[in-house]
Amino acid sequence: MIRAKDAVKAVGQAVIDNKVFLTELDQAIGDGDHGINMARGFERVFEKIDALQDDTDFSTVLKTVGMALISSVGGAAGPLYGTAFLRAAGACKDKTEIDVVTAKTMLDAAIKGIQDRGKAQKGEKTMLDALIPASEAMGKSLADGKDSRACLSAAVQAAADGVEYTKTIIATKGRASYLGERSIGHQDPGATSSTIMLEAVCKVLK
Amino acid sequence: MKKIINDPESVVEEMLHGMAVSQPQYVTKLEGFNVMVRTTQKKGKVALVSGGGSGHEPSHGGYVGKGMLDAAVAGAVFTSPTPDQIYEAIKAVDTGAGVLLIIKNYTGDVMNFEMAAEMAEADGITVEKVVTQDDVAVENSTWTTGRRGIAGTVLVHKIAGAKAEMGASLTEVKQTAENVIANERSMGMAILPCTVPAAGKPSFILADDEMEIGMGIHGEPGTHREKIQTADGIAQQLVDKILAEGIYHSGDEVAVMVNGLGATPLMELYIVSGKVQAILQEKGIQMVKTYVGNYMTSLEMAGCSVTLLKLDAELKNLLLAPADTPAFVQY
Repeated sequence: MIRAKDAVKAVGQAVIDNKVFLTELDQAIGDGDHGINMARGFERVFEKIDALQDDTDFSTVLKTVGMALISSVGGAAGPLYGTAFLRAAGACKDKTEIDVVTAKTMLDAAIKGIQDRGKAQKGEKTMLDALIPASEAMGKSLADGKDSRACLSAAVQAAADGVEYTKTIIATKGRASYLGERSIGHQDPGATSSTIMLEAVCKVLK
Repeated sequence: MKKIINDPESVVEEMLHGMAVSQPQYVTKLEGFNVMVRTTQKKGKVALVSGGGSGHEPSHGGYVGKGMLDAAVAGAVFTSPTPDQIYEAIKAVDTGAGVLLIIKNYTGDVMNFEMAAEMAEADGITVEKVVTQDDVAVENSTWTTGRRGIAGTVLVHKIAGAKAEMGASLTEVKQTAENVIANERSMGMAILPCTVPAAGKPSFILADDEMEIGMGIHGEPGTHREKIQTADGIAQQLVDKILAEGIYHSGDEVAVMVNGLGATPLMELYIVSGKVQAILQEKGIQMVKTYVGNYMTSLEMAGCSVTLLKLDAELKNLLLAPADTPAFVQY
């Protein structure tokens, strides 16, 4: 059985490993701190979840992650990812095990949280351009009767494609929107960090 | 990277500590939080809270004091502070008359301050907010995040602060702040980049003979790059862009701010200011008051911004009112 703490550790480690990469992407079209802020956030997350029992349920662990990110990341990513984790926590209350159907419900709740907080839609060069296609691909695989591994792989692939897609569009939300057409050609740091996290969690769930 | 620091991870905490022990008559650091509050609070007054990423010093902690802010919240360098920190600042300075949040228009700042406002409102504190957006380098449209808040934010602190100090209600203070925001515009440029301590390298590179027009105060790209011009040429370009807004006319009274981004000598700022005065004079615009100095910086970025604020009788009166803070003293 997969433990929530292990899943979060995998996600956090992936973010920390990509600190420099994410910061460099942000320097090109933002204010150059995305990797630094996210790494700082997950270091705080690790401190908080280390204090929890090893077998703590998903909902409690994810709520802890959300609160830790909100109080340590700052910028736009803090409230957005913090809200996403809190909503995902709310979507898996009382669940002892996370199957693909629950995982999709959690992902959808997280997406809704990001939209409520950031008032963005798909196609604005944000983290939603990775997450919404991932959810859609997961839903399609489920409907086609694919097994859980295939569903998770489809989600990760769709998110990665979403990151590629962000290179082709103009940013209309966040700091990159100041660039207008000059944001074309650059991949969105938020979509990238979303994909890195999704990839890490899917690897654990598989 | 070459900086006078101890550890890139603790620059903000160490700065605030240094400020608190150096200026105890003005500011006190809230224990456990990156928040500077007025040492002598005035009971029953509307409290003004601002803040944002660090690296813009003296913004915003330098403006905590009589006639300006009641608290300033400091985020990591160039990163909005988190809601819990802002919430503590609001709680610390509310004396029952309500709190006005002065937020620079950046996606993260607006979100974090809004979350904090929701938390404070749940406690029964009345919170209002204004969002500064004076940077004309960014086109305002429904398709973008909107214009950025830059040096003009300091004039909002000054004028709304004076209004609050005179005993106005939260609604009145907010209205005055909105009035400043509606009548001020800024435009900046840079010739050298800055380095965020935790990043370790410059956030952009400009060639020796290049300048970037419209550069943001976090190193966000501006409108375009071009070959560097003389101070007069730069001043002309910045003022032209502001005047193109069409809100400053012959006969108007204005306040002017020629702001340095951190590494620009006062010598250069005064040369720019001289040309700004000449251009405005020629247009028949009356300069009531000019501020020249480092008010809203971007670490050690070299460059400057020009801000114009159109004054009516009330704004003029409030602008000229006394203020006594670590970085802004006026009798």
